[in-house]
Amino acid sequence: MSVTVKVPTPLRKFTAGSESVQGAGDTIGSLVENLDLKYPGLRERICDEQGRVRRFVNLYVNGDDIRFLQQLETKLKDGDEISIVPAIAGGGS
Amino acid sequence: MSRGIAIVGVGGLGAPAAVALAAAGLDRLTLIDPDLVESSNLPRQPLFGDRDLGRPKVEAASERLCRERPGLRIESVVARVDSASAVALLSGHAAILDGTDGLESKVLLNEVAVETGIPLVHAGAVGLEGQLFSILPGSSACLRCLFVELPDPDDMPTCQQSGILGPVVGAVGIAAAREALAMYRGLRPRLADRLAIFSGRDLLWRTIELRRHPRCPACSGIPVSRLRNPAPDAKIRAGSTNF
Repeated sequence: MSVTVKVPTPLRKFTAGSESVQGAGDTIGSLVENLDLKYPGLRERICDEQGRVRRFVNLYVNGDDIRFLQQLETKLKDGDEISIVPAIAGGGS
Repeated sequence: MSRGIAIVGVGGLGAPAAVALAAAGLDRLTLIDPDLVESSNLPRQPLFGDRDLGRPKVEAASERLCRERPGLRIESVVARVDSASAVALLSGHAAILDGTDGLESKVLLNEVAVETGIPLVHAGAVGLEGQLFSILPGSSACLRCLFVELPDPDDMPTCQQSGILGPVVGAVGIAAAREALAMYRGLRPRLADRLAIFSGRDLLWRTIELRRHPRCPACSGIPVSRLRNPAPDAKIRAGSTNF
């Protein structure tokens, strides 16, 4: 399955500055593995040492939060758009 | 009578928001910030100039805004909003605009909103990206619906690490003012249950639908116990250096 991944600013150093990249996978979990092959280091920023999605990162499939779907087992289909959304707390100073 | 809109943190987000609210004709505004104006603030905080260096931000901001909008009544509070002071400082306002820097203060303001029922505009920015959404307590997703578990502060990208660009944080701050103004006027803000993400690289906004989390630790019915109503003399504390 070929999908589009929206990459947030803090992770674009792994994608050579690209805001949007193509990835492949039948599930979110396999997509993360695929992305890490193309953009080494990305998986570590999305998932923790136990392989769970980090607490300050949310993943959306076509706007639906994977926490309300099947988490990393959420199925993907061709053309899906995945958004990586980290918590952002700055801006006040 | 409403105390108007409270801006917590008159910095990169809050300063442009204050300018926008004043220009829009708001009649009552509360500015809360413990900090003094520093030279590093000037590139992205349009309320301040060289002659304000060393002054409390809220005093410099109030003076400037009142000079340009004489009908605007501003309550200036040199204080850090913490769990002891938050309810007293913010109760009675029609809306709260979060211009703070740091997850802890943003989580606290979310708790205040949920406990008091005051609508809150959540805003944040780092690098070339900003986030913004509105919280209508009890009816739309809150910050903890979005992030049920909190990260360690060390895991969060900071402006010190990723930088921050004045026009980016300014765009988010002005959009936050638009949301707060809708709340103040009793209108439903556009960004209730919608997270707006601003790309300062492409100058584009996109939105993601949000929904309330059934096990949200803040708004699903679990009591919030960190907040308390302080004694009146604890209302204003001076001198803290940052949020």
